[in-house]
Amino acid sequence: MHGEQMKMLKKIQAVEFSATELTLYLDTHPDDRAALGDYNRLASELMELKKRYTEKYGPLCVFGHGKSEDRWKWLDEPWPWEIESEGGR
Amino acid sequence: MWIYEKKLQYPVRVYSRDLKMAKYLVAQYGGPDGELSAAIRYLNQRYTMPNPRAKGLLTDIGTEELAHVEIICTMIYKLTKGATPDEMERAGLGSHYAQHDGALFPTDANGVPWTSAYIQAHGDPVADLVEDMAAEQKARATYEHLIRLTDDPGIKDTLKFLREREVVHFQRFGEALDHVQRYMNSSKF
Repeated sequence: MHGEQMKMLKKIQAVEFSATELTLYLDTHPDDRAALGDYNRLASELMELKKRYTEKYGPLCVFGHGKSEDRWKWLDEPWPWEIESEGGR
Repeated sequence: MWIYEKKLQYPVRVYSRDLKMAKYLVAQYGGPDGELSAAIRYLNQRYTMPNPRAKGLLTDIGTEELAHVEIICTMIYKLTKGATPDEMERAGLGSHYAQHDGALFPTDANGVPWTSAYIQAHGDPVADLVEDMAAEQKARATYEHLIRLTDDPGIKDTLKFLREREVVHFQRFGEALDHVQRYMNSSKF
């Protein structure tokens, strides 16, 4: 996986990480309005990023959570454990 | 239900084959304080938690731990990919080769298979959350040992990320424990 796809995936990973961190925080601070606002902003951004990624490269999630236009792209390689690191394996 | 997402939570970069490191790293796959133990421990304990915060937190941290299982497995896969039986034997993985070839298998660093005896569930939210906090600290310490056992900057980076998650989970479990104790003191529990 190279170039644009890798860049988009890394962006998704970064935004989803922030959303994950806020999820756990909100589980123990459900009344924090500022954190809630941040969470909702990140959720919108993440949905948009995943929509764009899915349209270009196929679904990140199946079971009806992502479309696969034209053909069944779910089986496209690499799987997450097969993505080669730059200059590595 | 759970939905699989075709991506890792955090990127894994491995620069060279290192069978010895794979042998050590498997501790965090199928060892007592590993990610599989963590996921099963939290996802199993959540059913008998007394309040929404604790139910939600155990569900969400348990789910994140499943993503960490995948990160550890990816590191092990990349560290061992393409190894010959002879190379595996020299790295102390001869018995692993005999039973599993190059496949992954959830054991501890000594090859002892994963067992649910590594986890507990008392149905007592204080006992369970204190176990969870201890588990996070034991996993943090294990990650620090593993970081000292490798020179691979990619492996070090991912292990540091996982170490940091243990610290955050410990903090959140502590907050949930505090809330559960206040909840229990205020109700006719």
